[in-house]
Amino acid sequence: MEKLKTVKILKFYPEKCDGSKECEKACSQIHFKTDEGGDKSAIKIIKDGDSYKMHVCDQRGLCLDMCPVGALKRRKNGVIFLDKETCIGCQACVGFCPIGAMRKSKTRIEPFKCISCGACVRACPNGALEDIDVKIDDIKEVVYHKQGA
Amino acid sequence: MVEGQIPIEEYKTGNTKHKWDFNKLNFAHRIVAEYDYKKGEINKGYANRTLYINLESREIKEKKVTEDMKKKFTGGRGFGLKLLWDGIKPSTRWDSNENELIITTGPLCGATQYPGSGKSICLTVSPLKDIICDSNVGGFFGPYLKFAGFDAVEIQGKAKHDVIIIIDGEKGKITVETAPLEETDSHLLNEQLTHMYASEDNDKSRQKISVVTAGKGAKNSYWGCLNFSFYDIRRKVSRMKQAGRGGLGTVFRDKKIKAIVAKVESFTGISNNPANPNKIASVGTKLHREIRDLDRYQCNMRAVGTSHLVEVMDEYDLLPCENYRFGSFPKASKIYSPKFYERFTKIIPDGCWHGCTMACSKTVDGFKVKTGPYKDQKVTVDGPEYETIACGSNMGLWNPDWILEFNFYCDTYGLDTISTGTSIAFYMEMYEYGILNKKRCDNLELCFGNFDAVMEFIHRLAKDNKSEFITVAGKGIRCVKDWLKKNSWGDPLLIDDCGMESKGLEYSEYVTKESLAMQGGYGLTLKGPQHDEAWLIFMDMVNNAIPTFKEKAEALHYYPMWRTWFGLNGLCKLPWNDIEPANNAETEEPTKVPEHVQNYVEYQNAMTGWNITKDDLIMQSERCYNWQRAMNVWMGRGRRKDDWIPYRSMGPVTEVEYLSRKDRYNKLIVEKLGIKEDEVEKMDTINKIKLLYDYRQDQYQKLADAVYFRRGWTPNGIPTPQKMKKLGFTDKKILDMLQKAIDEDDIKGLNVWGGKYKKGEKPPSIDPKYWEKWKTL
Repeated sequence: MEKLKTVKILKFYPEKCDGSKECEKACSQIHFKTDEGGDKSAIKIIKDGDSYKMHVCDQRGLCLDMCPVGALKRRKNGVIFLDKETCIGCQACVGFCPIGAMRKSKTRIEPFKCISCGACVRACPNGALEDIDVKIDDIKEVVYHKQGA
Repeated sequence: MVEGQIPIEEYKTGNTKHKWDFNKLNFAHRIVAEYDYKKGEINKGYANRTLYINLESREIKEKKVTEDMKKKFTGGRGFGLKLLWDGIKPSTRWDSNENELIITTGPLCGATQYPGSGKSICLTVSPLKDIICDSNVGGFFGPYLKFAGFDAVEIQGKAKHDVIIIIDGEKGKITVETAPLEETDSHLLNEQLTHMYASEDNDKSRQKISVVTAGKGAKNSYWGCLNFSFYDIRRKVSRMKQAGRGGLGTVFRDKKIKAIVAKVESFTGISNNPANPNKIASVGTKLHREIRDLDRYQCNMRAVGTSHLVEVMDEYDLLPCENYRFGSFPKASKIYSPKFYERFTKIIPDGCWHGCTMACSKTVDGFKVKTGPYKDQKVTVDGPEYETIACGSNMGLWNPDWILEFNFYCDTYGLDTISTGTSIAFYMEMYEYGILNKKRCDNLELCFGNFDAVMEFIHRLAKDNKSEFITVAGKGIRCVKDWLKKNSWGDPLLIDDCGMESKGLEYSEYVTKESLAMQGGYGLTLKGPQHDEAWLIFMDMVNNAIPTFKEKAEALHYYPMWRTWFGLNGLCKLPWNDIEPANNAETEEPTKVPEHVQNYVEYQNAMTGWNITKDDLIMQSERCYNWQRAMNVWMGRGRRKDDWIPYRSMGPVTEVEYLSRKDRYNKLIVEKLGIKEDEVEKMDTINKIKLLYDYRQDQYQKLADAVYFRRGWTPNGIPTPQKMKKLGFTDKKILDMLQKAIDEDDIKGLNVWGGKYKKGEKPPSIDPKYWEKWKTL
């Protein structure tokens, strides 16, 4: 398999966001076939004073080496994907994600995450979200630390 | 090794590859017994039935788990005790036909969200001790046994030929079949059976198999351990964890079991059908985060496993060196954790059950074997854990690769590293004193540090034709003590004091000379000197937090009960206090790790739907703990004399030990025995050793008094019927048996306190038969 070079991640333009959370609704539609957003969305828009912040997976892949059953893989398009058929719901990835981007909703034991599908980008009426390409080598991280670090 | 984000397919161990003709192996199998069962759902952590297999009568049946059984025995080890009580006799010994080998799970076993939730607990009548031994172990077998439909498996009788037992949760079928051609040694047999019984030829299928095996050493010694496999999809190796203590593997092979295979069709994070899965997920995730943030600053388990303890123990004079003579050694830094970190394979989720992010199960892959039948092959060595490394220091093996070799062969031969290492260390000391010599040791120069002799000893153990020495030596320290004394080869007192066993079981690897509470933690136990009941050295010795007998006794009540609780539930103890919340030190009782205790309360409630408190957890354990002690009494043990410990664990036996810590012991004689400093200086060492000897022996007896009193036992260590009733037991058979034993003690005048109380000192109660005043319920 040829080494992957780039992956799409989300870029956020807070100045364009009006907090209507259309992105969250679109995301929960993808993952849970509902437009509830909130806990069922992989992307989160959080109010930050007068502005907004985006909270979502940045595909760094730290979770890959955590999964005991190999349910997490970097796909051909570079995206970290959780196969919920293989997942045994241990929450190791949820607990170890340094930015809390691996999500768990109450409806099922297996977690879920952003798969860079672009639904949120399309759903945003103000163009506050954009898919951008980044080099995997620039973002990738490993969970294992040097002894005594 | 390359760090991180390697696709699973691309991992390489560098191990030697094997090719076997599975058709040929399979073709030689003959079915001995079969049983079809209806697959059922697990309900709130319980499969609600256990599996009974009799290898002699070929009977296989299911036994129902009643609500009363859950209430009184909780699960895991508790269920095992109940099944043994119903299945064996007081005269049952390890090789009796009716002896049982039991593997149990527990209501929390198999959950994936809370780290350390995959333990099995194994029980049997031990060859080393003639009483019940319990040993807990990781690997996938326990969870798979439950997901296949059973809370426990109970095996009675002996097969005529080597058999394997297959618990097939996919088909709902139990099969016992002969297996004449398979390997016996664990690392090979695990691999064979994992491949043979996987539904499809891929890693995903192989991960749904777990195998229990022993090995050639288990058959030929009393130190047999059980290896529980767990298939690692990255290394592509069927790895293993050990139920080490007490000779379980010896019983396993005596029953002619070559292996037990458990297989599941599939499972999910909620296969236990917990009452409240989201609660378990949230408590578990909280702990994952704690481990993520704090482990590297606390125990560093994720990097080096339990090997981090080597340097800690060496620093505090607790690392057993040269048969526990010393607690630290100048060469010890050669086997500190960084030496093993260099060798460990990194980056991998090294939990012995899914979701355990403590990940302490480290391995060295592609290790080139130096001796024996697998010489020059490359293998995966599971471990070494702290205890195994400390066996190295105990035998004077100051080379990490020697320890790895020792570790590998003990595992694959099915030998408990602790019993093997501690015993060899004793034989080495006897060799040093000339009590043993080359001639008496089957031409082996068993002196401290002789790696070649150690390995040769182990290889000979694994062979069927053995010399007198190897045969006796493989039966453990207690047997060798008797053998040495019978031949009048040395001072019997020296032999008894140096051989580190109690109740027939060899000590695990901590020096307890300066901690009275920990001497009790090893001696005043159910199964013998294993630190799974209590580890009080820091609390007692370093922090001096429990100075009085009463306080020590309270600790020897609470901690054994607390630690017993893990075994009732199918849990590992490590995630309780080998990771602590950041603010733990500021809590009222940091040593109990209150936040984690609360986690366990919530966890058990969320699984079972019960509404218990932290006090109820202790009560669950107290029931089983007392039941097991009562069973020891039933089998003719469980008295004060059986709680004897060798003096080596209390203080300096020899001059070299005294002199090596002279200032410490001189000071002690001045402070505790009231002898003036200049007089102590003038005394010769032998006399000082004798003074300390009498003082510390008496301290231990006083501790036993306080502990028995706290536990509601007679001064001779028997649980009283009144105590059993308080715990909710009404079984007339056990209550009458205890009363009878107490009455017999009375006739022999044994219901009196054991300490010598001087003026101003008081025994725990003026009336030694204090329990008779309790109101009966």
